[in-house]
Amino acid sequence: MAETDYRITRRTVLEGGAATCLLLASGLPVGAQDAGATITAERVTTPISKIPMTLRINATEQALELDPRTTLLDALRNHLGLTGSKKGCDHGQCGACTVLVNGRRINSCVSLAAQHEGDEITTIEGLADGDQLHPVQAAFVAHDGFQCGYCTPGQICSAVGMLEEVRAGWPSHASTDVATGPAALSDAEIRERMSGNICRCAAYSNIVAAIRDAAEEV
Amino acid sequence: MQPFTYERAGSVRAAAAAVAAKPEAKFISGGTNLLDLMKLEIERPTHLVDISRLPLDRIEETPEGGLRIGAQVRNSDLAADLRVRSRYPVLSQALLAGASGQIRNKASTAGNLLQRTRCPYFYDRNMPCNKREPGSGCAALEGFNRMHAVLGASEACIAVHPSDLAVAMAALDAEVETSLPEGTTRTIPIVDLHRLPASTPHVETTLGHGEMITAVTLPPPPSGRQLYRKVRDRASYAFALVSVAAVVEKNGVRIRRARIAMGGVAPKPWRTLEAEYVLAGAEAADPAFSEAAESALAGAVGRGSNDFKIPLAKRTIRQTLAAAVEDA
Ligand SMILES: Cc1cc2nc3c(=O)[nH]c(=O)nc-3n(C[C@H](O)[C@H](O)[C@H](O)COP(=O)(O)OP(=O)(O)OC[C@H]3O[C@@H](n4cnc5c(N)ncnc54)[C@H](O)[C@@H]3O)c2cc1C
Ligand code: SF4
Ligand code: FES
Ligand code: FES
Repeated sequence: MAETDYRITRRTVLEGGAATCLLLASGLPVGAQDAGATITAERVTTPISKIPMTLRINATEQALELDPRTTLLDALRNHLGLTGSKKGCDHGQCGACTVLVNGRRINSCVSLAAQHEGDEITTIEGLADGDQLHPVQAAFVAHDGFQCGYCTPGQICSAVGMLEEVRAGWPSHASTDVATGPAALSDAEIRERMSGNICRCAAYSNIVAAIRDAAEEV
Repeated sequence: MQPFTYERAGSVRAAAAAVAAKPEAKFISGGTNLLDLMKLEIERPTHLVDISRLPLDRIEETPEGGLRIGAQVRNSDLAADLRVRSRYPVLSQALLAGASGQIRNKASTAGNLLQRTRCPYFYDRNMPCNKREPGSGCAALEGFNRMHAVLGASEACIAVHPSDLAVAMAALDAEVETSLPEGTTRTIPIVDLHRLPASTPHVETTLGHGEMITAVTLPPPPSGRQLYRKVRDRASYAFALVSVAAVVEKNGVRIRRARIAMGGVAPKPWRTLEAEYVLAGAEAADPAFSEAAESALAGAVGRGSNDFKIPLAKRTIRQTLAAAVEDA
């Protein structure tokens, strides 16, 4: 599937029904494919040797052979069927692709899969404990912290990582004094710390409420 | 993205040699800027040398009483370090005013200093851009140049350097340590790391091919109050229109010494010695702040949509100085 990822161009998509079928057959959202494919046009000649790698995702080792260009996000979505992490912008701007790497939140779209061998990667699929939702997940449900839900996996993973940062005493731009750090997790602190997660539906007030609630539990 | 081969470097020496061996090779650290640009094929390396696992992620005390920050120290770790927060708060403030929690968790100290401009025409491959394609022209000169430089620019390029960290580092007189492919090292004052565009805006730094940043050192903390003020279009997660890093030491009612660097206004972190000269020995009050602001922007040239940056930068300097002397 890696080859198709890189060889479909916007032009072929626009021109040919066959290419479109291929695109749909790859099981990827058309928008996401297109975003990645617009620029990678016209280069089908160079054979790329794949890199064997083992990624540890949600406590399971996954052996993969990937084109070096594969981002962590594409590895999750296109090669491991973990489509919970979303592709919003693919450029580090929206936070929809947020996952936890060694407990820290990062944007998986601006990271190469190959850079993450040996890391402990947790996606939205790995947060719940069986049927027991993670407290942050439960709080988003309880507070209706979404509308369409596209940004939600990223919001939740980001919030889980963020609450860990607060527990470690990290200051933020909203903290009055960086030397002392956050006095309390005020709404202003939550908003500042979550500013890397954009919600197109603007469910922000409920997202803040959910995180405020979850902060007391986790 | 164009095809590339990938290797994970085992040592600084090996990393520098691996990049030096191939003209189109590049270091990759957090990847937050490089991969963004590679996806758009603005950057087209044929080989990537991954330096993100090299053991350059420590912050150590120097014998002189300063700090040595490894090139791989993440922006979030640097901002949260207790020594940085108490002794160099301007650095924490600048970092926390930049990017997002997720980006800061990946972004490295060296990668932040070497990030490229956010000029929209640099990002748009359909437009002329001397930085992306030397000799093609500069679409920003007559275009939408609201974000662009008013100081240090040239007729070839008016892009600004987007780093907040670099501005604070400039006010703190930081030095950049590098390792060259031959195995030698050198030290570069932070203000000499970036070059002005002149007629070659695509040459952005004074580093050679394969020269790797290994650390940034800070001299002992300056006495006085440190402040970073960033003015932007949104309250969070936006690049600076104007930013000011100030370190102000008072002596009674007078200023003993002030150091001022500006961001968002020039192709590199902009240290303004003229303003510092005005402030040294002056009474810590607005006549001196205004005079300092005027002298800092004396050579400024607006290009139309960014004219507003000149008065905005002056006001930001005055306001930052006023806040800094309050309890300095
Ligand atoms: C949405 C968004 C918003 C942002 N907002 C801000 C902001 O407000 N303020 C701000 O300051 N920044 C901002 N950034 C930029 C961010 O800080 C940089 O992308 C980041 O610091 C780059 O670090 P990195 O380790 O990921 O670098 P990489 O992307 O890995 O590398 C960047 C460049 O540095 C070179 N390089 C890396 N390490 C070394 C080394 N040791 N020696 C020699 N060369 C090296 C690479 O070859 C590459 O050319 C933003 C980024 C995004 C995506
Ligand atoms: S300002 Fe510089 S980066 Fe922007 S279009 Fe002009 S040459 Fe390119
Ligand atoms: S998809 Fe990664 S930040 Fe938008
Ligand atoms: S819920 Fe729709 S984007 Fe956030």
